[in-house]
Amino acid sequence: MDFQARKEANATVITLAGRLDAVTAPEYERRVQELVNGGDSRFVVDFDGLSYISSAGLRGLLVMAKLLKTKGGQVRFANVKGAVKEVFAISGFNALFGMDESVAAALETLS
Amino acid sequence: MKLDVTRYPAMVERLADANAFVEACAGRFGLDEGKQFGALLALEEAFVNICRYAYPDSSGEVEVACGREGGSFVLEIADWGSPFDVLSLPEPDITLDIIERPIGGLGIHFIRVMTDCVSYRREDGRNVLRMEFAAAA
Repeated sequence: MDFQARKEANATVITLAGRLDAVTAPEYERRVQELVNGGDSRFVVDFDGLSYISSAGLRGLLVMAKLLKTKGGQVRFANVKGAVKEVFAISGFNALFGMDESVAAALETLS
Repeated sequence: MKLDVTRYPAMVERLADANAFVEACAGRFGLDEGKQFGALLALEEAFVNICRYAYPDSSGEVEVACGREGGSFVLEIADWGSPFDVLSLPEPDITLDIIERPIGGLGIHFIRVMTDCVSYRREDGRNVLRMEFAAAA
């Protein structure tokens, strides 16, 4: 998994690539926790480069969402597609999260 | 037909090795892209379950076997832990919201959804989860 974070005017954009699985999800959770500890509370996660996600990866996303709920924060997901989108659908996760067609659309929804 | 077999220490860090083994095997079979994704997802869920729960007091191994049987791609994942049928676990409630959602429990759901046929057997002191993926019609 590749994890890049950048600050936009109204949110932190996390760009993911590769695999979010049992091996990489702990790193995802740790990096998100660091950003939240640093004061970030509004996020967009860009799934464009992510080719694979498992239940352990979804767990990482759920941990993030629960953490942000307790802090009054927000997260939206952009570019969830292909096989990753299918995993979202069969787990009911597509109903749990705000989903957008692009990072720009997600940022606009947050503003 | 005989399946290709490899054993790994039951450690999550070895998932990438098991993944590469099954991916190559599915490639030789000619499994289509969608089914291959499903097989690799089912592999991870079963492999990780064994790493986390099969050997609570010791280290152990996972055996991964795959290959062609008739018209199907077969994937069998075995451990030498106490008798346990992962298919006996209840289906998760996938309609709960973020606060109510338990963290975990989705893995077996993915195994059920991604396979065309799945079964458990206890054989020679091993738990064997057998998953079948039909070739595209």
